[in-house]
Amino acid sequence: MTEPTSGESNVNESNSSQPDPSSGGDNAVSSTSVTQRRDTTELVKATLARRYAAEKRFRWYGIIAIGASLAFLLVLLTSIFIKGWPAFTHSYVKLNVSLDADSLDVAENPTDKQIRAANFSGVIKKSLRERFPDVKKRKAKKELYQLISGSGEYLLSDKVRANPELIGQTIDVWFPADDELASLLKSGDDLSDPDSIVTRMSHQQIGFAKALLDAGETQTRFNKTFFTSGNSAEPEQAGIKAALVGSALTLLVTFLLSFPIAVAAAIYLEEFAPQNRWTDLVEVNINNLAAVPSIVFGLLGLAVFINYFQLPRSAPIVGGIVLSLMTLPTIIIASRAALKSVPPSIREAGRGLGASDQQVVWHHVLPLAMPGIMTGTIIGLAQALGETAPLLMIGMVAFIVDIPQGFTDAATVLPVQVFLWADMPERAFVEKTSAAIIVLLGFLILMNAIAVLLRKKFERRW
Amino acid sequence: MSTVTSRLVEPAVGHPKDYRSTTVSDSHQDVFDNIKGTVGDVTVDNPKMRLSNVDVFYGEKQAIYDVSLDIANNEVIAMIGPSGCGKSTFLRCLNRMNDTIPTCRVTGQMSLDGEDLYGPDLDPVLLRARVGMVFQKPNPFAKSIYDNVAYGPRIHGLAGNRAELDEIVIESLQKAGLYDEVKDRFDAPGTSLSGGQQQRLCIARTIAVSPEVILMDEPCSALDPIATARIEELIDELRQNYAIAIVTHSMQQAARVSQRTAYFHLGKLVEVGETNHIFTNPSHELTENYITGRFG
Repeated sequence: MTEPTSGESNVNESNSSQPDPSSGGDNAVSSTSVTQRRDTTELVKATLARRYAAEKRFRWYGIIAIGASLAFLLVLLTSIFIKGWPAFTHSYVKLNVSLDADSLDVAENPTDKQIRAANFSGVIKKSLRERFPDVKKRKAKKELYQLISGSGEYLLSDKVRANPELIGQTIDVWFPADDELASLLKSGDDLSDPDSIVTRMSHQQIGFAKALLDAGETQTRFNKTFFTSGNSAEPEQAGIKAALVGSALTLLVTFLLSFPIAVAAAIYLEEFAPQNRWTDLVEVNINNLAAVPSIVFGLLGLAVFINYFQLPRSAPIVGGIVLSLMTLPTIIIASRAALKSVPPSIREAGRGLGASDQQVVWHHVLPLAMPGIMTGTIIGLAQALGETAPLLMIGMVAFIVDIPQGFTDAATVLPVQVFLWADMPERAFVEKTSAAIIVLLGFLILMNAIAVLLRKKFERRW
Repeated sequence: MSTVTSRLVEPAVGHPKDYRSTTVSDSHQDVFDNIKGTVGDVTVDNPKMRLSNVDVFYGEKQAIYDVSLDIANNEVIAMIGPSGCGKSTFLRCLNRMNDTIPTCRVTGQMSLDGEDLYGPDLDPVLLRARVGMVFQKPNPFAKSIYDNVAYGPRIHGLAGNRAELDEIVIESLQKAGLYDEVKDRFDAPGTSLSGGQQQRLCIARTIAVSPEVILMDEPCSALDPIATARIEELIDELRQNYAIAIVTHSMQQAARVSQRTAYFHLGKLVEVGETNHIFTNPSHELTENYITGRFG
């Protein structure tokens, strides 16, 4: 070790060698700083393990949280799908019906009106008796007749009216089974052991079912009725269409009202309104409105729109207005956030070119805020789609058989239909309830898919 | 003097009286009090824009104190000064961009070609069509390159038909020196260009409206030296047709592109003069300190 000649080289030396107490003051200073540095390194090292452990732990909390929510979702969806799936199929029974004019109780070459009045029910009963000739007792016959859905005669009637030449012929027709028989056939239970089956059917009826099944005269196919008819007290005739159309009409009203009003309000508040106590008050109240329980909106709709303005009860127009009131704050808040996130430099650029305030908003700010506004709208509409309570207040809880044709027809919506069917005692309505939930979820997914597509279309970089 | 930093302690400007309490602000106050009027001639013959006795307030706080300045035709005037000295605020008075800030209040006489900026004949929309602005950060619209340039002519109805509009767009891009780089991709988004190209696109967008005055607020601060050099060349070419006012932090840039320079300090206009004069032989002590890099 050479004797240091200057402070500079001395520091360099001592960095690479043991501190020498005999060296000058410079050396002492530098060795302190080296010690300090080593201390920092060791201190950091000591905490590193702990920090990484904390990070790892936190990551696991996240994974567990996501796993738990996914598990719950899976349980929910699985149970709904398992319960609801059978409702999408229905069992049919093949019968050989002879459409002779005598049994139908019609004249030769009957008119359409006469055919409509013909005794199709009797014909079906006759063919059932012919299928099971051993049945003689009245009670047994009655049980036999119960196997075929009440809608069978209408099916046959429609068939003959469409093709009157069938009169006098003997044809094979697939009739929809009664809901209990259909449930039994779809369940796949072993029909040779009637005691083990949970059903409202008698042992004799199970016997008939087994005979039909063994003869290959039953069939399970897609249940078109579920998607083409309204509600019915008979589960096999009950369908989702009235509620589906009702939901669509109601949501259309909600969208047409809430979207323009909310976006206009958001644009005014965000881009034009002066910042004063008045606009602060408006803002606070919009936020309060978002927190009002939905049933209150239902009461408001009942009191104002139905009682005062005399709008029809149970109508999608009233439902739509009520749901718009509920959706408005959601869309306004989301739209304001979206507008706020547009960089101010875009507004300056527009104004700097001589665009008026309105041109700046329409040409530059709104297009950039559109994806966010759309997301808010979809969230609002999804809420509206799942809303039941306010609609109960305005009478949309009615038993709707006819498909609503317009905004003023009596209608119900999907969640209310779920609520109604969940109350019904028949076994077949259990599966219908779950099936209605599946349709509701499908509707929701469709809406979200449209939203994603629209977002993709409108999304622009800046 | 070294206690005065470029980073101005804000209330020193707004509430001079409140600032008697601490020593640092005392020296601020001294500096502030010692700026008495503007050194150099603020007026020119045949000014394009004339601003006299302009005061700007942000709420209670005053940002500009009694500034008078003329903007001449076919000339680049550079505005320099430490951060927060009010040069950008002053620039934004020239096309009433300060109007968009709710708390901002501007007083004084301002005219363009002898017409009062706040007069009944000069709507802000019309004014901004005549006095264009290029901003610090390139801010192209989220539209195609073509639409970016065509936007101004479209909203003002400057083109009668598509062919005319095409002509305006191509000419503006050529003037901004961007045409050769983008001629094959007019439909590409304006934001897909590089920073320097975006800034030239913004300049093309501004000149497409054929303004009479172009304001530039630190147009090169976000650009690399090569892009900066291109923009400076461009400014020099544009001088032939427009009056240009440029705010810049780079004294070299001010020296390169401008004919006149205005030095702002603490909201006051300290000195105005020929750029050569200001950079070689400043009259005011503050100007000299700033230019020699003692602060700022």
